[in-house]
Amino acid sequence: MQVVALKGGSDALLDPPLALVESDGVRKEIRLEMADRIPVPGEYVIIHAGFAIRTLTEEEAEYNLDLMRQMAEVLESQGRLPRGMEP
Amino acid sequence: MKCVDGFRSREVTAPLVQELARSVTRPVRIMEVCGTHTMAIFRHGIRSLLPEGITLLSGPGCPVCVTPASHIDAFLAAADLDQVTIATFGDLIRVPGTGRSLAGARARGARVEVVYSPMDGLALAQRHSERTVVFPAIGFETTAPAIAATILAAERLGIVNFVIIGANKTMPQALEGLMSDPELQVDGLLCPGHVSAIIGAGAYRPLADQYRLACAVAGFEPADILAGLLSLVRRINTGRPGVDNCYTRAVTAEGNGRAQHLIDQVFEPVDSEWRGLGVIPGSGLALREQYRRFDGMEQLGIAVQPAQEPKGCRCGAILKGRLLPPDCPLYGTACTPLQPVGPCMVSNEGTCAAYYRYGGGIG
Repeated sequence: MQVVALKGGSDALLDPPLALVESDGVRKEIRLEMADRIPVPGEYVIIHAGFAIRTLTEEEAEYNLDLMRQMAEVLESQGRLPRGMEP
Repeated sequence: MKCVDGFRSREVTAPLVQELARSVTRPVRIMEVCGTHTMAIFRHGIRSLLPEGITLLSGPGCPVCVTPASHIDAFLAAADLDQVTIATFGDLIRVPGTGRSLAGARARGARVEVVYSPMDGLALAQRHSERTVVFPAIGFETTAPAIAATILAAERLGIVNFVIIGANKTMPQALEGLMSDPELQVDGLLCPGHVSAIIGAGAYRPLADQYRLACAVAGFEPADILAGLLSLVRRINTGRPGVDNCYTRAVTAEGNGRAQHLIDQVFEPVDSEWRGLGVIPGSGLALREQYRRFDGMEQLGIAVQPAQEPKGCRCGAILKGRLLPPDCPLYGTACTPLQPVGPCMVSNEGTCAAYYRYGGGIG
């Protein structure tokens, strides 16, 4: 889900950092204790049980897909896997 | 177009399916370890796209399914106590222990609340200081740090009426136990996405080396799963054991150090019983000495008693990849999603539930 805003963070005990996230119009507050890094608004987080487990930029989210698109294009046009991906 | 749509588009998936069909030159047996993969594979109809030579077996990666009946009985014993509220993940509520479930206990007056996060359980404890809130701590390495963070928050905030009943489990030890079974013939493992985000793709390397296994970490979209399967088939064809990370947007080789630290800070490894798999050394997590005051079993004086699995239920063999759901005598007759007998039919991530929902009921 995409981070819309960050909240709290002034005190680890009384005011822990939270991310307000949104997807398809649904907004939730998410804990950040176990995120690999604190996101900035606009970035994405992978969430499990109310906690962010991974922060990623849109470019990172697209990276896997680009690789697969490249693989698909080469498979389609040449009937083999791209160079460097052969067995 | 949203990024996720790309992973579902025919433009990306069709060539992967074609390459898989070209690549499978002999029968291969692949275990999808994670319950979320099992459900995604059924939901997207991936089985119907695969060449005949690929057999997919479901593994032990559904947290509710591998929680033994004796632990469910412990959750029920807590629910029966006065002044106790159970705060639980939703898919645990209908799982039968020895005869009844938390849903049944609630119908008879027990306080059982469904929560989305262990932190919601802590908030419940804050609001109701007159009650003890018990969180059944099921789940793998993805859930364990969330529970650890909740316990640390409870400690910092001085909340004394929040406890857990520990049933967390760790995946590599279970896979080690499974792979050492000579009766289980598996050529490759489709490794879980979110567990791997925590433990890292490198966690499967010892397993790949020792059992000469192909392993691929994959995400949950159709293109992710197909790319993972293709990577496995290529490794199996060329006889190269090893681990491929096909989910780089979420998983690194080392995993999430902050989450690993949270687990290590609060929990220590213990032997743990898995439904169908028995006791696996070092595969569970228990509270460390300094956090024992959050141990609901100790605080409430509950003991885990040995429990019989439901008669006729073959969830154990299904979780080990030895049987498919239609091989169980109860499947589709005595055991259905409306009236489940075994946990694999209850959980959204259970293999029997997936077969029933997407395979047209009776197999």
